[in-house]
Amino acid sequence: MSAGQKLLNWIDDRFPLTASWKAHLSEYYAPKNFNFWYFFGSLALLVLVLQIVTGIFLVMNYQPNAKLAFGSVQFIMRDVDWGWLIRYMHAIGASAFFVVVYLHMFRGLIYGSYRKPRELLWVLGVVIYVALMAESFMGYLLPWGQMSLWGAQVIINLFNSIPVIGPDIGLWIRGDYVVSGATLNRFFSFHVIAVPIVLLALVVAHIIALHEVGSNNPDGIEIKKHKDANGIPLDGIPFHPYYTVKDIVGVAVFLIIFSAFVFFWPSGGGILLEPDNFLPANPLVTPPEIHPLWYFTPFYAILRAIPPMFDSQFPGVVVMGASIVVLFFLPWLDRGAVKSIRYRGGLYKLFLAAFIISFLTLGYLGMQVVTPMNTLLSRIFTVPYFLFFVLMPWYTRVDKTKPEPERVTFKH
Amino acid sequence: MSHEIPIEEALGASFNAPTDPKRRKFLVAATAAVGGAGVAVAAVPFIMNMLPSAKALGAGAPVEVDISKLEPGMFVASEWRGQPIWVVNRTPTMLAMLQKNDGMLTDPNSEQNQQPAYCKNANRSIKPEYMVLIGICTHLGCSPTYRPNPVAPDIGGYWTGGWLCPCHGSRYDLAARVYQGSPAPLNMVVPPHFYLTDTRIKVGVDPKKGA
Amino acid sequence: MNLLKKLLFLAALLPGLALAETAIPLDHAPVDLNNQASLQRGAKDFVNYCLSCHSAQYMRYSRLEALGLSEKQIQHNLLFTRNKVGDTMTVAMRQDDAKKWFGVAPPDLSVITRALGPNFVYTYLRSFYRDPARPTGWNNALFPNVAMPNVLANLQGDQVAVFKTHVDMVDGKPQKEKTFEHLELVQNGSMTPAQYNAMVGDLVNYLTWMSDPAREQRLHTGVYVMIFLFAFLILAYFLKKEYWKDVH
Repeated sequence: MSAGQKLLNWIDDRFPLTASWKAHLSEYYAPKNFNFWYFFGSLALLVLVLQIVTGIFLVMNYQPNAKLAFGSVQFIMRDVDWGWLIRYMHAIGASAFFVVVYLHMFRGLIYGSYRKPRELLWVLGVVIYVALMAESFMGYLLPWGQMSLWGAQVIINLFNSIPVIGPDIGLWIRGDYVVSGATLNRFFSFHVIAVPIVLLALVVAHIIALHEVGSNNPDGIEIKKHKDANGIPLDGIPFHPYYTVKDIVGVAVFLIIFSAFVFFWPSGGGILLEPDNFLPANPLVTPPEIHPLWYFTPFYAILRAIPPMFDSQFPGVVVMGASIVVLFFLPWLDRGAVKSIRYRGGLYKLFLAAFIISFLTLGYLGMQVVTPMNTLLSRIFTVPYFLFFVLMPWYTRVDKTKPEPERVTFKH
Repeated sequence: MSHEIPIEEALGASFNAPTDPKRRKFLVAATAAVGGAGVAVAAVPFIMNMLPSAKALGAGAPVEVDISKLEPGMFVASEWRGQPIWVVNRTPTMLAMLQKNDGMLTDPNSEQNQQPAYCKNANRSIKPEYMVLIGICTHLGCSPTYRPNPVAPDIGGYWTGGWLCPCHGSRYDLAARVYQGSPAPLNMVVPPHFYLTDTRIKVGVDPKKGA
Repeated sequence: MNLLKKLLFLAALLPGLALAETAIPLDHAPVDLNNQASLQRGAKDFVNYCLSCHSAQYMRYSRLEALGLSEKQIQHNLLFTRNKVGDTMTVAMRQDDAKKWFGVAPPDLSVITRALGPNFVYTYLRSFYRDPARPTGWNNALFPNVAMPNVLANLQGDQVAVFKTHVDMVDGKPQKEKTFEHLELVQNGSMTPAQYNAMVGDLVNYLTWMSDPAREQRLHTGVYVMIFLFAFLILAYFLKKEYWKDVH
């Protein structure tokens, strides 16, 4: 027996190392027909790691102090060796995270990955998404530029519109009458400690849930229905090495696109790094147009689309909240006979297309200045967004579906 | 169709027919090597990120010390890289007593690399009277106390003036050489320095680079 | 503070929307970050004309070495204050005093072109005109009622604004409206307009470089990173193909 084997045995007697390796990688059987859309789960994990590593190094030089924060970011960008690289990676990584997560969610949507028995997997995923929103929202305050300050001010003021207790909640979140150094310090604490811990725990839970029920696939059928004599799914292949080598290709392509932004176009035309955030935060001067970063703008557009009712902005806040909360109910709204878009009928495809177009258009509108035209368009596109969910029990049931195959379709 | 091929064949144990095992081995090794090299190189910016920043380097730039008002027997303190820099104006009496100590010192001839080459002499200095040193004890980094008075009953009759470390009692003579029996292993450090004029010393650079 | 607000407002709206009264189109700033001579001239002008009121407190003098200047040159030609080469470009004027004198503290210029864009700064510095109604005697066509006087006036000369007066019917009543037409040079400065434009161009070029001094290292590193990643992608692709031969 080799020394390595001996050491491995010694560990295995005390810790399930080999067993874990087998359970989650070398003997975790994934459907062999994964396509392009299945890269984004592993990529999300990669971005999470990148964000944590770059974040650790940023904290070494960042000053969570209203007087010093803006300067400390410039200090990182200029005076610290490679500080610019780490800062750009982190700032652009936040956007990359949402790109990857949105595509990952879209995959779940079109192949019905949220359907039984993967309801909890989906719900955990949506919780991760919400935690990620909190993480990035609080992180965006830290550079302490004008957009940092006023974005936070506007979003926190949404809570003010909650009847009765609203103003107190706003005050409690800020720790001051406006977004101030007190807010900066607590957001820093949440951003670097609390939310990352929650995120990591959720990601672990998400993966455990996935490996419990097994991966869905583009055909939306269960590979566990057909197993060989050893209980191994006939259409399954071990995750390692087949999907590890495949995901490495995805990682390489992702890193190429990511690096193109980091090294050659870090501002992303003012979308990834906003020009106004190069002005230090000034609580006495509001920038002319405040909007959150691009990944929040669909929801921001929905917020702005709803007119104040009963002298309150609260209905808008409720609708915006509903546009996110409704995602949790997706597994129970879908009554379709099949899971995958491949075997769905025209009705579902129509609603899905309307939903995706609405989401993208709302995202665009959320970045634009308020004009009567933009408000009207936001209202129009808010409707299909919600109809996709509200009418789902109806159109998925009446939709003409195609028969699902017994075994997965796979072309070599 | 796939079900005709037992999947465990692909697992490696009973695996018998990769089209070209050599090619597979090569590709695994090449990808691992290139990927590993990539990760190693990517770690470099992160490691360098922890080096002193341009600000710290700027603050650690060489400093000038004015010794025009430094009376014989006295010392003047300055700061370089956050460390105390002392310049002592030693009297001829003090210098004369230095040799007396040689037998009691750990490194009387400055064999250890605790001073620039141009200060490796009996007085550990460029000009005999002016001792320039970093005022940090070589034991655990405390800053020793200046005790120029040769009469020191609390230290002992052999004392000819020098420094006493308050932390663990390391003793140095007036050339900052450590006495045997002190916890400190080495003489105190003489920083690189040179004379801009007769009364101004630049500390932090060697004469050649600075001139 | 109202002034900065207006500045921001203009900065956001100018590219597309026509603002009433004073909207003037932005001129294209001749930014060329590879033109070292222009950057050196810009650095010198910046230190001479801007740095007495505006700071660049995140920019170290020593960084100017990247523009091909030696430490000695920086020390002797660009350091007028008691600063050392390793220091940042701070300003002697106290922020509180500045606020008293101008109404607003002159903003720090370290990253100003990233906030406003080089074209804005280029147009702004060339759009001052005489206006006796203002406390400083100066106004700006791009940034109306700005607190800053035209500090470059003896180079540029004096400009005046030419307005067109026309009568509009507002709510059925005739109302005189003044519309900004253009700027006119009424008294020559020590530079010709072409020389002045070139000088402001150098200045804006320098400001743009200063707002992102790691750019050169970033682009340089990026090329190697890309070459590496493409090589890695090719290997990874063939590795994947090799393994997936097993899957039928």
